[in-house]
Amino acid sequence: MINYIYQLVNPQFISVKYEDTNIDSNVLIRPRYMSICRADQRYYFGNRDLKTLSEKLPMALIHECCGEVLTDKSGSFKPGDYVALIPNIPTKEQSGIYENYREGSHFLSSGYDGFMCEFVSMPPDRLVPVTGIPMQTATMCELLSVAIHAINRLDKIAHQYRDTIGIWGDGSVAYVIACALKKKMPKSKIIVVGKNTRKLSRFSFVSETYLTYNIPNNLKIDHAFECAGGEGCYDAIRDIIHYIRPQGSVGLLGVSENYVAIDTRHVLEKGLTLIGCSRSGREEFLEAAQMMKCQKTRRRLGAIIYEDEPVKSVDDIHRVFATDLNTPFKTVFEWRL
Amino acid sequence: MIYGAILAGGSGTRMHISSMPKQFLPLDKKPIIIHTLEKMLTCTRFDAIYLGIHPSWMSHMTDLLEKYDLDLDKIHLAPGGESRNDTIFNIIDEIAKDFGAIEDNDIIVTHDAVRPFVTLRILEDNIEAAIKFGACDTVVPATDTIVKSHDGVDISEIPDRKIMYQGQTPQSFNIKLLKEHYSKLKPSEKAILTDACKICVMRGTPVKLVEGEISNMKITTVTDYRIAQVLVGGERASD
Repeated sequence: MINYIYQLVNPQFISVKYEDTNIDSNVLIRPRYMSICRADQRYYFGNRDLKTLSEKLPMALIHECCGEVLTDKSGSFKPGDYVALIPNIPTKEQSGIYENYREGSHFLSSGYDGFMCEFVSMPPDRLVPVTGIPMQTATMCELLSVAIHAINRLDKIAHQYRDTIGIWGDGSVAYVIACALKKKMPKSKIIVVGKNTRKLSRFSFVSETYLTYNIPNNLKIDHAFECAGGEGCYDAIRDIIHYIRPQGSVGLLGVSENYVAIDTRHVLEKGLTLIGCSRSGREEFLEAAQMMKCQKTRRRLGAIIYEDEPVKSVDDIHRVFATDLNTPFKTVFEWRL
Repeated sequence: MIYGAILAGGSGTRMHISSMPKQFLPLDKKPIIIHTLEKMLTCTRFDAIYLGIHPSWMSHMTDLLEKYDLDLDKIHLAPGGESRNDTIFNIIDEIAKDFGAIEDNDIIVTHDAVRPFVTLRILEDNIEAAIKFGACDTVVPATDTIVKSHDGVDISEIPDRKIMYQGQTPQSFNIKLLKEHYSKLKPSEKAILTDACKICVMRGTPVKLVEGEISNMKITTVTDYRIAQVLVGGERASD
């Protein structure tokens, strides 16, 4: 069956690829709702180095998506079921290594076509049911699964004290980490440090929020998540190292295009553990879908969604990326192409 | 109920590259009609899909359905007629035989077999428009200037391009409405019908426009066929 794949061929240029997609063995899904990640934005506006762009494009963007099952010959799903799509495609088993870090794993929308297609063909184990969860919120399943993955990793590695957890950053990743922490570690005090008062005001459910220049001198945290990314990485990691107690663990989630200098003297002196975290796998998607069954969590996640008009043409694709530049958190849209 | 109707009653005489009707020619790895049928089958809104097939090619079509392992429960065959509208009404007769009397809300989405690039969005929009308005046609704004000539020698008129559209398919209807209008047409009116939407237009029923896609092309000529093959990355047709 002929599939329409909406590929970014050059920054801000979308072209349609027509492909005869094999529909025999996989589940066919019609993408219904999508949300834009900062990684999509970097490709769309060409904010990656030229070598990376030339290697990865043309490519369909978007890895945060939920859709409707059209057909499934495996019998795992019924037509009409709503599912979240897992963009990580592991190619081999490797005991003890998470599927998202395994060599040979593919990530859709990073070198492989993402979900901006007429329909998507995927194995049943790359789909997680989200029936009963509003589609707009269900698109956040991927981001929530990334947060859960980071929390689970830190929880596994870190010492037993969980009194105060610090989150550096005031964007979507920081917000979703805070939501997931509130659910998974309800007894911990959550501190969020950011640069934007209006964005910090959305973190109404955490214990304290501080502006970066106004952190109390006596603040002590047991563990931390760095979710600043970009130019903010350096300051965030420096501050975390300063405020964290000895032997704390730090989950690093912020992506930076540049090398980031780290105060290794104090990392060694305090015996800190730095844990790199990116993406997620099936287990975390299942946990995210389960977590979204809680109305309170759904409402919290829904509070950072801006729903743009549906995408019905290529011009609309350009429009949602432009909208996202002025959206403080997540831009979500219905996919009607 | 919502029925899909794939119109494949033609004999492919305009292609001159094969004795086989054009809907059976290969596009990448499958016949054109299989691509079209797969897309219709994938649209979950359809209760059944009818294929209006030229009687001489009925057994060939049956073989193809088995070969490509399609959902046979959902697919029905109907004999193609002399004209496009004859094929549509043959299909409507078959629907009545298979599912009983046509009901007030029954919808038919008619589509050319040789438009395999139809999208799920176009099918969904057609269904919605047919339910809401009773009749719709899929169109794209005309890009070329349309020139009218009554004698084929001189220009009679150049209509304003802004109000011109190129008709594609699907064309979708409330079945009862379509039947009722068709039965009221005089034989002379029926003789000049080129498509089913005209039945409604001639009877004064508004036909809503559904936005098509330039790529939802009709594979009619050798050039169309080559363009379609290039689009899906296939090989050139041999003359």
